[in-house]
Amino acid sequence: MKLKDIIDKLELEGVHENKELLELDIKKACGADLMSDVLAFSDAKTMLITGLTNPQVIRTAEMIGIKVIIFVRGKSPVEDTVKLAKENNISLYQTEKPMFQTCGILYNLGLKPEKMVKIE
Amino acid sequence: MKRKKIIDRQIERRDFASGGEVSSKLKKLLRKLGVNNKDIRRTSIITYELEMNLIIHSEGGRLKAFVTPKSITIFSEDKGPGIENVDKAFEPGYSTASDEIREMGFGAGMGLNNVKRFSDDLEVESEVGEYTKLKATINLNQ
Repeated sequence: MKLKDIIDKLELEGVHENKELLELDIKKACGADLMSDVLAFSDAKTMLITGLTNPQVIRTAEMIGIKVIIFVRGKSPVEDTVKLAKENNISLYQTEKPMFQTCGILYNLGLKPEKMVKIE
Repeated sequence: MKRKKIIDRQIERRDFASGGEVSSKLKKLLRKLGVNNKDIRRTSIITYELEMNLIIHSEGGRLKAFVTPKSITIFSEDKGPGIENVDKAFEPGYSTASDEIREMGFGAGMGLNNVKRFSDDLEVESEVGEYTKLKATINLNQ
């Protein structure tokens, strides 16, 4: 599913939007508040749904190639987080919806969970 | 084989604002060197976990990275406080981190586990009250 359609269906508000990513086809997503879990479970080039808003979220995304982050529960990222996202061309969105609902909607739209990767 | 040092940086205790800077720099350097994405990815995860460990748990330390055409080696060396039970530190879910650290999304007891998971070889040496040294090797898939 294209990112622009996800934005539409979830009624996401852009915090920092990289327009080049709007046509990005997103097949999988990962919902987590623990960054080490994101690092362990997350596949490359996907979307992260999280309630954490500190700059470490962007660093975590950068390390594994996540391009889009949705902040749930009405949380706004701090200035340093947005600045780092800009530097790394990562798009940030926010929603008032809780994590469970956000993930549920995305799942219903056909997005798949990620497999835990063990790189042999 | 010729070994080249590409990272050698001091990491300060509790310097959360800089957390991830070294890993980010290493990632860019590896990309420039033409290392494949999969190996860049696991090297990044290992380095980032080690960097955050130095910030969260240590009294400060050094992070170094070396490359050869066949492998990448990451060294983390700190000035203490040392790990009391190294085996336990590798158990998934085991953590000594404070609530403050957990609120930042870390300290869930997965860090060292991730380092081990993505390394081809990992050596750990620790002396309580003295130091912790880790050496992670990533063999490059050509």
